[in-house]
Amino acid sequence: MQNNILGSLKEHENKLLATWSQLLIENGSTDGTTEEEESKEFTALLLNALQHSNGNSDSEEFEKVHDLLIGISSSRGRRGFSPRENAQYLITFKEAASKILSDIEPDAATLYHANLQLSTILDNMTILTFESYMRGREDVISRQIDEISEISTPVIRVWDGVVALPIIGTLDSSRTQVVMENLLQQIVDTGSSIAILDISGVPAVDSLVAQHLIKTVSATRLMGAECIISGIRPEIAQTVVHLGIDLTGIITKASLASALQTAFDMLQLTVVKRK
Amino acid sequence: MERIPILKMGDFLLVTIQVDLYDQLAENLESDLINTINKHSSKGVLIDISAVSIIDSFMGRILGNIAVMSKIMDAQTVVVGMQPAVAITLVELGLSLNGVISALNVEKGMDLLRAKMYNGDKEEQVYDDDEQ
Amino acid sequence: MTTTNNKEELLIIKEQDVVPLRNRVKDYGVKLGMSILNQTKLITATSELVRNLLKYGGGGKVIIESVSNGRDNGVRVTFIDKGPGIKDIALAMQDGYSTGKSLGLGLPGTKRLVNEFDIQTELGSGTTVTIIKWKNG
Repeated sequence: MQNNILGSLKEHENKLLATWSQLLIENGSTDGTTEEEESKEFTALLLNALQHSNGNSDSEEFEKVHDLLIGISSSRGRRGFSPRENAQYLITFKEAASKILSDIEPDAATLYHANLQLSTILDNMTILTFESYMRGREDVISRQIDEISEISTPVIRVWDGVVALPIIGTLDSSRTQVVMENLLQQIVDTGSSIAILDISGVPAVDSLVAQHLIKTVSATRLMGAECIISGIRPEIAQTVVHLGIDLTGIITKASLASALQTAFDMLQLTVVKRK
Repeated sequence: MERIPILKMGDFLLVTIQVDLYDQLAENLESDLINTINKHSSKGVLIDISAVSIIDSFMGRILGNIAVMSKIMDAQTVVVGMQPAVAITLVELGLSLNGVISALNVEKGMDLLRAKMYNGDKEEQVYDDDEQ
Repeated sequence: MTTTNNKEELLIIKEQDVVPLRNRVKDYGVKLGMSILNQTKLITATSELVRNLLKYGGGGKVIIESVSNGRDNGVRVTFIDKGPGIKDIALAMQDGYSTGKSLGLGLPGTKRLVNEFDIQTELGSGTTVTIIKWKNG
């Protein structure tokens, strides 16, 4: 009996759509562009599924609905909709459908069961949309991580035979890998014997970061170049000593300028003022 | 038995490894090289590994052995042309090739060897002197 | 969740088998578009483990697979020997420990080169080591 009621929503599709969009506009959770098409498609698919699947939410018809919802929510996630807006999409649908149901079903007990069933189905879908919404957001984040790690490791040729790499932001292991790769490749490409790693833009140096720095220096040396670390701020020097990190095997300088001076000394170059 | 050729260039020996090493091949290179140093009283050995795409702990150990052994026989070993990926992998593996001196390329390696020879026992690293 | 797309098996009984094995593993990495660095790490790890297979296991077989976990693709290499097994895995996984004449960074060093590392061993019946290197790992 109840299936028939949910299934019979199909006959009221247009009314349902109208009520739903009204609610969506009232809630302000639509920007009125592509949503209408999506909503139409969703309503058609869902009502079709309700009509044909006897309330079995694993059926093929429901799978189509799920696929569509996943698409809608993850695109909403990427387009920067708020979680509230995303969740309200289905919640308002439930509200609209309940309204229609109470219009077409006079018997309170039947109506109650129909609503219950509808709730279960739509709540599951809400969870699904939330998950895909989050996945959409995660995509955005991981793409940004990639972009950040790419733009934030420029290798600069400061002198013939000297390259510098200013590091800005935290040095984790995947970042270190990118830094090392870029630095070493540039050393090969430019035939530079000295690399300066400037850590002025690194907020904090803990033992893990220090380990990454030491690795970078070791790899540079294995290639046959020397690596100078510059931009050691006083608080970094303090933490390094307090944590008992041994940086004695590494050439460290307070500023990029003094690192460059050291590089000149190593290359036996002198900078003189023209008289 | 496959062997890696060792070229004599004046006081120096030049070894260019063009194939991927396996253990026996690396061990042969070690003994061949030490014998050749002895035969020619060579003062320096240049090992070009720019074509080597992997060095694992065993080959790393052989390189280290060669460096130390040649040092005892008064010859300086310089390893040149290590690929960035190889260097990073060695560091990750925990191998720092202590005792091995490296240079970016053959030219810089040669300069380094000459500088080492004429500076006697001075343990000072000499850097790029292309300018001079 | 890991699914296999492509698979092959190689018998390793002598040292000369190592070079073709490394090349095959490299081919798998290249096919996935793995970076040179990750390829190098994977091949180096393979090289370390196959040496153990020959030295301690008296040879064995190696399975190379192209795998996927939904988010990323990778190469899985499994080393199976019927050797004496490892008595104390915890000890063998410590930096600096080795029973052979290598540098003693075989297992822990190898573990650092790959994303997933699993070792199963039974005294008297052999050792199986499985590693996975993800393309973006």
